Amino acid sequence: MARSGKKLGAWGAVLPLLGYCAVALGLPVWALIWEGIQSPDPITGVNHFTASNFTTSWHGIYLTGMLSSLRLSLLTAVISAVVGLFAAYAIAQSRGRYLKQAVLTASGVLANFGGIPLAFCFIATIGTGGVFLSWLNAVWPSFQLGTFAGLLVVYPYFMVPLMVLTTLPALDGLRRQWREAAANLGGSAWQYWRYIGGPLLLPSALGGFVLCFGSAFAAYATARALSSGTVPLVTTQIASVLSGNVIANQANLGMALALNTIIVCGLMMAVYLPLRRRSAKWLES
Amino acid sequence: MHRIAKLACAAAAVTLAASACSSSKSSGSDASGGSGSVNWNTVASASAAGGMNALVAEAKKEGTLNVITLPRTWANYGKLMDDFTAKYGIKINDANPNGSSGDEITAVTSDKGLSTAPDVLDVGNSHAVPNTKLFAPYEVSSWSSIPADLKDANGTWYGDYGGYISIACDASKVAPAPCPTTFADLINPANVASYKGKVAISGDPTSANAAFSAVWAASLAQGGSLSNIQPGIDFFKKLKQNGEYNATTDTESTIESGATPITIDWEFNNSQFAADLKAKGIDLTVSIPSDGLYSAYYDQAINKYAPHPAAARLWEEYLYSATGQNDFMGGFARPAEFEAMQTAGTLDATDEKNLPSVTGTANLPTTDQQNTAQAALTSAWAAALG
Repeated sequence: MARSGKKLGAWGAVLPLLGYCAVALGLPVWALIWEGIQSPDPITGVNHFTASNFTTSWHGIYLTGMLSSLRLSLLTAVISAVVGLFAAYAIAQSRGRYLKQAVLTASGVLANFGGIPLAFCFIATIGTGGVFLSWLNAVWPSFQLGTFAGLLVVYPYFMVPLMVLTTLPALDGLRRQWREAAANLGGSAWQYWRYIGGPLLLPSALGGFVLCFGSAFAAYATARALSSGTVPLVTTQIASVLSGNVIANQANLGMALALNTIIVCGLMMAVYLPLRRRSAKWLES
Repeated sequence: MHRIAKLACAAAAVTLAASACSSSKSSGSDASGGSGSVNWNTVASASAAGGMNALVAEAKKEGTLNVITLPRTWANYGKLMDDFTAKYGIKINDANPNGSSGDEITAVTSDKGLSTAPDVLDVGNSHAVPNTKLFAPYEVSSWSSIPADLKDANGTWYGDYGGYISIACDASKVAPAPCPTTFADLINPANVASYKGKVAISGDPTSANAAFSAVWAASLAQGGSLSNIQPGIDFFKKLKQNGEYNATTDTESTIESGATPITIDWEFNNSQFAADLKAKGIDLTVSIPSDGLYSAYYDQAINKYAPHPAAARLWEEYLYSATGQNDFMGGFARPAEFEAMQTAGTLDATDEKNLPSVTGTANLPTTDQQNTAQAALTSAWAAALG
């Protein structure tokens, strides 16, 4: 009796959170599914049920958009994760307290610096009018800002700081003494990273990678301002069908596309969570 | 989504309850009780409701007009809104000034029944035609002055202003080549080196109407037609292969910074950029390409469920008066009643002189042609330019 009462109390405590999740996450997903399976009749305007939106969303230009989004997000996330991790390690190793503070503050600002302002900064710097572009073209002749390669250069600008922010605390947590202890016991640097440093860092490094991926996958304004639809991305496609000036009455297709992005993020989490659990074991035991 | 959005909006409305409810209620009771049997939501002309004086009186009583996605710098809407408020004392709420036609249609369905719903819309023709069921038919006093192909026979939508696709160019940034005045100039091998990376349009043609129209104009110049936009896509593919195409969305800042010295855009946008940038010492020439003459008009429509039906109708009367139409021209747009006003001698001579000159006449696409072109462009654009 007492135990079940306690259990009920625990459920009661978690109820507001569950309610919040149902409203904030469940309702939109339900709405996306509900709207995604309907389509307005072109003449009467009455909605009827159909699978056509979901079929369309996985074919032709929309499939290309999804693949291109995935490729861009994975590539930029890998680049940012590697660069960010090394940058964070360098900062964690430095003795300058002020440097660390400055880097953390700057990262916090830069990680949120995206969208049109970022796009315009790049247009002004390495757009057609800039001297930098001629230097860049000397080593990379085909480079243009409004292309896939251009986005590959621009995205890490806000993703590397994000990676630094998420991994710096974990890197700070690595004690110098552990390394010394490993060395005293005859462990090599490789063995230290393989058995101690690596497993400790893995959860936050993975977390940072997933954040970077999500951030790139969801980025929209930057790509839109830079590439004008020449790089097909699922986010810009959703915007086009939902609130464009050209294609009318395709909102339901937009809902289907949005649901696809949720599925992708769900899959990403499905891979990330077991990995994280495995590495977290090292920290707890 | 609509139901959800409605729920959310209803929740938002509850917080605004006091003001929202009282204002909508009072206008409702006035509509039925005040002037007898007039239901302002279905009034189809000023004369049918007892003339302009009755319309003005009722609109003043409503006191507010909700418009949506009207940027103040677009086709002189800033002046139009200010003058309307000054003349009738009716407050204008402009929701989401930088939104799109799609946003407007969404707002009509999702805000239905709210006092904040848009009263009037200014949408691209592609969005007016398939949504006539959302609009209230209304014929402005100058109805006969609007050309037949710019209006719906039932009065649900009617063209207000439009323009041609034009090429703007900052001569100092494209030397030694001259400024392009036709699409043929843009791909002339003699000019390619000078135009490298400098030719921009106003965004993504699958979502921005001006960019979409730029592709269509290019198609007309390259042997395409209103039924065939493919040559336009091929034209931009060629620009891209030549290294001339610049995927940056053109804005006043990108022109000012020199990032997009050549922009293909509506003449009223390009002319406005030119007028604004003149003060900053940038000399932009705007020409309408004779080989790809393409024009389109935006449309006015009244929300069937307008919370301020009389104010909505009065706004239309104002936009289609000689003052309103001339004001559009003050923003470098071509008013729908241009020809009738020319005949009647009511066109503003100065504003008319400021419009770029046109040689030839443009045809407007039909709805079917629009749908075909949109589908073709949506599936081919990224592949051709990527």
